[in-house]
Amino acid sequence: MRQHETGNSTDQAIRKIVVLPLRIALEISVKSLRVRFFRNMLTVMTLVLAVAFFTFVLVSSDLARGLWNSGDPALAQTLEKAGFDLPAPGESLASTAKERWLVALSLLVCMVGIINAQLMAVTERFREIGTMKCLGALDSFVLRLFLIEAGLQGLAGSLAGSLLGLLIAMALAMLRFGLAAAAQASPAALGLDVLAGIGVGLALSLIGVFYPALVAARMQPVEAMRAE
Amino acid sequence: MTERHTIVRVQDVHRVFNLGKHQVEALKGVTLEIKAGEYISIMGPSGSGKTTLFNAIGGLDKPTSGKVFIDEVDIAQLDAFELAWLRNRKIGYIFQTFNLIQVMTALENVTLPMIFGGMNNDEATQRGVALLKLVGLDKRFNHKPQELSGGQQQRVAIARSLANDPAIILADEPTGNLDLATGEEIIELLKRMSRERNVTIITATHDYKMLAVSDRVIWIVDGRIDKIEDREQLNIQVGEIVSR
Ligand SMILES: Nc1ncnc2c1ncn2[C@@H]1O[C@H](COP(=O)(O)OP(=O)(O)O)[C@@H](O)[C@H]1O
Ligand SMILES: [Mg+2]
Repeated sequence: MRQHETGNSTDQAIRKIVVLPLRIALEISVKSLRVRFFRNMLTVMTLVLAVAFFTFVLVSSDLARGLWNSGDPALAQTLEKAGFDLPAPGESLASTAKERWLVALSLLVCMVGIINAQLMAVTERFREIGTMKCLGALDSFVLRLFLIEAGLQGLAGSLAGSLLGLLIAMALAMLRFGLAAAAQASPAALGLDVLAGIGVGLALSLIGVFYPALVAARMQPVEAMRAE
Repeated sequence: MTERHTIVRVQDVHRVFNLGKHQVEALKGVTLEIKAGEYISIMGPSGSGKTTLFNAIGGLDKPTSGKVFIDEVDIAQLDAFELAWLRNRKIGYIFQTFNLIQVMTALENVTLPMIFGGMNNDEATQRGVALLKLVGLDKRFNHKPQELSGGQQQRVAIARSLANDPAIILADEPTGNLDLATGEEIIELLKRMSRERNVTIITATHDYKMLAVSDRVIWIVDGRIDKIEDREQLNIQVGEIVSR
């Protein structure tokens, strides 16, 4: 016979809900990513392309800077022919307005692309969020599930995208300027570009999921289930 | 049976939906009491406010005014943890549209509330298998909802609603999307749960087949309680309704 539970055991049960282990959250997230594989590939592809573009711009700029800094007049001339706005001798190439504009633009593309992709992916799952809340999931747990998923997606997509951007930028630069492009580049700078790409992709992916997931998690369960 | 306590008390509940310019008052002051172990049907035409009442009782939506008490606790006073606990342990929900999680297997759907409740995986799996057997789905543990028929999905949902041994099961038109025969099986299953596990069952429905198994029927029309009938009063009428 079910009766009123004693205050004590109720408290314990409630506390149990609070400490849902990270391992289980991770397990559910990974499962959910695997099951929705093709839908996720779509989101991840957006991420890959956006991050690839961003890293491509960064790396291209660094490669050009390497050529410029070499001080070789022949290389400077090829750069000019290739459409670079060259600064006065001795100044850094990256400081030109055109370069800064390109980086900002690629960041914007990244932001819109990734946030939009994640926003759509979460919006499709409002009903699932509502159902989970009916089953006793806390807001924080729903949020955690989605952040883990976005984090894993973001990491994989950004890593692939960033490397892709690096490869394309290197290949293109070597086609236009010959092997000197690679020879003059600073490996540390390129490494930083790749890391920046990964960081930006991961961060935007998390931001893109955080907002809609928070909104959904805070809704009354019925509202979330009704929202399509 | 010993004196049964009041498990659900609804006090003058109003629910108003704001639709831009005009408002819809879906509940216009509903007051009722339900005793532990009862099988209650909330009957009424489509649009009369059954789902709205169901959501208010289950703590899935907030009434505009009025109070809902579960075990004499005003659920509006619960904090987030307590509310999650209530939904997790105290109440099991069954929906007309099943609302299973599409990417999870039948077994995973059933064990999810247990996992949320802090049960370990092995124990949850064992319990989940037993519950699926109980609802007659022995060989469908690893099927996804899309691979199951409507009746089978609703059985999974019933097993899920029983996951943490709730005191109350709220079922909103559980037979609404099912054919006649399957609907009858589901009703029989709910009746069995109420008898064997002494769960309080509250179903919103406009399915007259539900009448025969109910202890009481609450008729709701246009957001108000029209009448409440006991089984004795019903027995006389069921014949009439069925024959017409
Ligand atoms: N989210 C909502 N927004 C606006 N109106 C709603 C909403 N939910 C229900 N209603 C209205 O409230 C009334 C009762 O609806 P409901 O409780 O779903 O009835 P039932 O379940 O008995 O068919 C209907 O007029 C419906 O249009
Ligand atoms: Mg309804």
